[in-house]
Amino acid sequence: MSPSRAKEGALLAFLLSLLLPALGLAQTHLTVGSKKFTESFVLGEIARGLLQKQGYKVTHKQGMGATLILWGALKGGSIDVYPEYTGTIEQEILKSKDHLSSEQMRAALSKEGIGMTDELGFNNTYTLVMEADKAKALGITKISDLKAHQDLPCGPTIEFLGRKDGWKPLMAKYGIAMQSAKGIEHKLGYTALESGSIAVKDAYSTDADIETKHLTSLKDDLGFFPKYRAVYLYRLGIPAKAVKALNSIAGTIDEPEMIKLNAAAESSKNYVAAANQYFEEHKGVGVKSVEATNVWSELLAQAGQHLILVGVSLALAVLFGIPLGIRAAKPGAVSAVILGATGLIQTVPSLALFAILVPWLGTEPRTAVLALFLYSLLPIVRNTATGLSGIAPSLRESAAALGLDARARLFKVELPLASPTILAGIKVSAVINVGTATIAAFIGAGGLGQSIQTGLALSDKALILRGGIAAAVLALIVQLLFEGVDRLLIPKGLRLPPAP
Amino acid sequence: MIELKGISKQYGEAFAVSPLDLTIPSGQTTALIGPSGCGKSTLLRIIAGLIPPTSGEVVIDGTAVTPQNALEVRRRIGYVIQDGGLFPHLTAEQNVALMARHIGMPAADIDARISELSELTRFPADGLARYPAELSGGQRQRVSLMRALMLKPSSLLLDEPLGALDPMVRSGLQGDLKEIFKALGQTVVLVTHDMGEAGYLGDKIVLLREGSLVQQGSLEDFQIRPADLFVTQFMTAQRSLVAL
Repeated sequence: MSPSRAKEGALLAFLLSLLLPALGLAQTHLTVGSKKFTESFVLGEIARGLLQKQGYKVTHKQGMGATLILWGALKGGSIDVYPEYTGTIEQEILKSKDHLSSEQMRAALSKEGIGMTDELGFNNTYTLVMEADKAKALGITKISDLKAHQDLPCGPTIEFLGRKDGWKPLMAKYGIAMQSAKGIEHKLGYTALESGSIAVKDAYSTDADIETKHLTSLKDDLGFFPKYRAVYLYRLGIPAKAVKALNSIAGTIDEPEMIKLNAAAESSKNYVAAANQYFEEHKGVGVKSVEATNVWSELLAQAGQHLILVGVSLALAVLFGIPLGIRAAKPGAVSAVILGATGLIQTVPSLALFAILVPWLGTEPRTAVLALFLYSLLPIVRNTATGLSGIAPSLRESAAALGLDARARLFKVELPLASPTILAGIKVSAVINVGTATIAAFIGAGGLGQSIQTGLALSDKALILRGGIAAAVLALIVQLLFEGVDRLLIPKGLRLPPAP
Repeated sequence: MIELKGISKQYGEAFAVSPLDLTIPSGQTTALIGPSGCGKSTLLRIIAGLIPPTSGEVVIDGTAVTPQNALEVRRRIGYVIQDGGLFPHLTAEQNVALMARHIGMPAADIDARISELSELTRFPADGLARYPAELSGGQRQRVSLMRALMLKPSSLLLDEPLGALDPMVRSGLQGDLKEIFKALGQTVVLVTHDMGEAGYLGDKIVLLREGSLVQQGSLEDFQIRPADLFVTQFMTAQRSLVAL
């Protein structure tokens, strides 16, 4: 290994060890996570209010995703608290076949370094819902009644389709085989119910829509669904004072109240207001109000995360992409493999690439960084190779004739000559990266995609636009920044008009 | 002295240069001439060690050129190509001093050598800070010549150095080149397709055709004692061009 290689390696190790952990927020303040539905948002805001009251600086990462993403983030330390349900803990997290008591759950969770508060009160179990009129006409009141109507089109949510306490085991328990059951996003499912394109879907028993859309909840007459009592899961590392604050609202929210809070949050898209409504009615908890989140500071924080994701991945891509491109500029099989492989990565849809990487690396910013790094490679590798092989033969010959060795030819002649093309590749990667990084929010890595993602989950158009416009503006800024870098790095002689 | 012993260059089945022997005398200017595709440029590249011959060897001042010492040999040879081959990202001065800086020549020596060369090649000193794109064709060739001469090479190879220039600039530079060659007193090999230029600059002329050596000697030899009909035809064609 040459000294400069060793230096590169050391630099890389430095980047990885220092920058990546820094992406997860430092321990000076607490981070609350939530899943992608209204109730989780409201409970997240309530937790934020409780912790703020204790003097902590609290961030709420809204709508990070499904159970496994939140659980991964909690274990990985990128969030400290999130609302969860006992049934989900039992089935999905601890993968237990038997019913567990609270003590058993606490014992099992503590082995993972996670704690569980007392139950908040309500039971938000899964249920199947139908339009009330339709159910009445068909005489369906309980799940076993579906046996006589197996031709009804069903639209279970995608998560429910795959759950161990979800669609398939439920159908097996009741001995029902519905002819059509296609996965559909939760909110869209309600629209599909209204339009009649599906007749049955799963819902949470505290969903505001059950009331507002006049739906009937089918009785679980065989008692399939476990209890889904809301609790907060927290990292055992957080201060005892914080745990005490979370526990202080145990048993204070019943089902009708949760439905009411959910309905309020859904109509206003204001989760802070819904949390404040709770604190207003429970003065005993002692929280006056949750500090409203400042839209601009939130947007700025997301833009910051976004830039870190883009910056780190781009830096790595430059570090690896240019040497690969230099190798790929030489004719032969190795070059074909390099260009082929980087090209192949580019064809993998971004969401799929993120999904492929999650099982290995978890739902951490580093996963997003790796995915973005892989995406950034192709333009950089290809442009480096193109730039180098496009150098006029007479210039290559002149460099060789001078007696410069291969290394000096590369660094003093070839790379400077190829620099406009290489920088163009880096610019393309950077701009594409700003766009692709919005997908990072889908695996809980933050950034401006967070707003888009949350907006999608709650059909909040303003939020979607806010994230989308900010990402577009950021892409423009990055583009302008690189125009400046061009001026700085491309030798003046190459920016002059062609010779007379 | 440069000796070519049984040198040939084959691309697939075709011979760019058929096996030939040639001695290039020291301290003189030898002009390689011939119609396009005769192998004169290929031969020059072989001498410069830029491409390996298919057979035979090049011996420069008693040392045979091998792939191992090619880099070393190239540093003792100055090489100028048609469009100058100047690096566009470097100024004239940086082009000239590139190799000297690479091998760590002291800055003072570099400056002294450059001012010496700019006088020799009659390149204005205020042009040194300019980029190739800011220089005229003739100026670029002067810089290219300075670059080739920077490390005091034992021989100088030029591949159609005036080929890309317009006639006025060309004839001016021709005169300068003759003086420079004379002042240097070095072994010079010049590739050209112009018999007038070969005769004016060259002490010895070597005529090639389709990779083979047809005749070598002085301009007078070619005029009075052409080796065959091709030589006569080549001379006639060149003369009619001049007459036009």
